[in-house]
Order: sequence, then structure tokens, then C-alpha cells
Amino acid sequence: MSFNILNNQVQEVQTVDKSLGLKEQIESILNSSSVILFMKGNADMPQCGFSANSVAILKSTGVAFKTFNILNDMDIRQGLKEFSNWPTYPQIYVNQKLIGGNDILTEMYKSGELQEYLASNLK
Amino acid sequence: MSQEFKFVEDLIKSHLGESEVFVEDMTGTKDHLEITVVSDVFKGKLLIEQHQLIMDALKEELKLRIHAVKLHTYTKEKFATLRG
Repeated sequence: MSFNILNNQVQEVQTVDKSLGLKEQIESILNSSSVILFMKGNADMPQCGFSANSVAILKSTGVAFKTFNILNDMDIRQGLKEFSNWPTYPQIYVNQKLIGGNDILTEMYKSGELQEYLASNLK
Repeated sequence: MSQEFKFVEDLIKSHLGESEVFVEDMTGTKDHLEITVVSDVFKGKLLIEQHQLIMDALKEELKLRIHAVKLHTYTKEKFATLRG
């Protein structure tokens, strides 16, 4: 693995087009990368231990991913919970599909299921 | 299992069909439960889909008697290897 990949592995979604409806805003974030982590804070400065743990797991898998800081956007913070029918953060999406919060991500990582899932679903 | 969490077991079984359900009171307050479910309904499903099945079954009780849950879900085969 080159340093280049490591350096570009994590990016943050900074802005959302607020002229869009809430569902379209959420979809625009989900469409911006194959792997999205909705979290408290960002990868450099997580504001919650569970979010920090999810960042660490995704980093260690080596996949490129984007983060979105739900603390900066109350519309998304509330709206995504209803969109996904999942009540807490962080939330991890692969190809626009919710695969879990931190507990599930951790369990999938430990069992090897996560690495397998990423390998078979990411190109 | 103690009788007091039989309602949890019954709810899950009625949603999932044939399954084994184990409930632990994590905090002694009877509202933070660690729930283990073994069922072949989980075969071929992602972990989140397995958890969502349980959360759906408990949806109403999560507004009433249950405050938080920690879930473990296994197929029969997987559970047997853990026991091994």
C-alpha cells in the first residue's frame, strides 16, 4: 500500500446543498462515496468514543471513506434517524445501505465479516 | 431463564418462529437487557438485518418496559461452534 492511498483515505463531506429536500440532502451525501460514516466530530477530532472507534476500524480496513459530522447539521442528524430507522450515531453506509452502528461494525470486524463484505461490495 | 423476561422471549419467538432466546438483566434494573437469539432465520442475512428483526419484534416494549438492549444473534451452526 502506498502512502498516497493512506493520505487520501479519509475525507470529510463539508457542505450539503440546502436548497434540496431533506431526503435528497441525505442521498447526496450517501452518493458522494461508497463508504460513508455519519459521526460526531470528524476523523481527526471525534467527539464521541463510539465514533472514534468506528473511524479506527474503517481506517484499518484500508478502504477510502468519507465522514459527515452530524453535530454540524441538526436537519441531517434528525432526518437520517428516520430515513434509516436507526436511532443512534455513528452509522456506517456501504453503497447507500446501512450496515450498522459501532457495535455491529465492531462485531463484523472481529469476525472478519466486514473485510469480506467490503471486498465483495467495493470495486 | 427467569420468568420475568418471558414476555421478551415470547415476543421474539412470535416474530421469528423457531428460535432460542436468552435474556440477561445487565444492570439489575430489569430495563437494560442483553439478549442472545439463536435461529436459522438469520441464515444469509447481514448482522444489521438480524438485529433489525429483533428490534422490530421489541419495538413497542422499547417504548415501555425496555430502555436499552445489547443484542447477539447467531445461526444454530454458528452458535454450536461457539459452544464447541
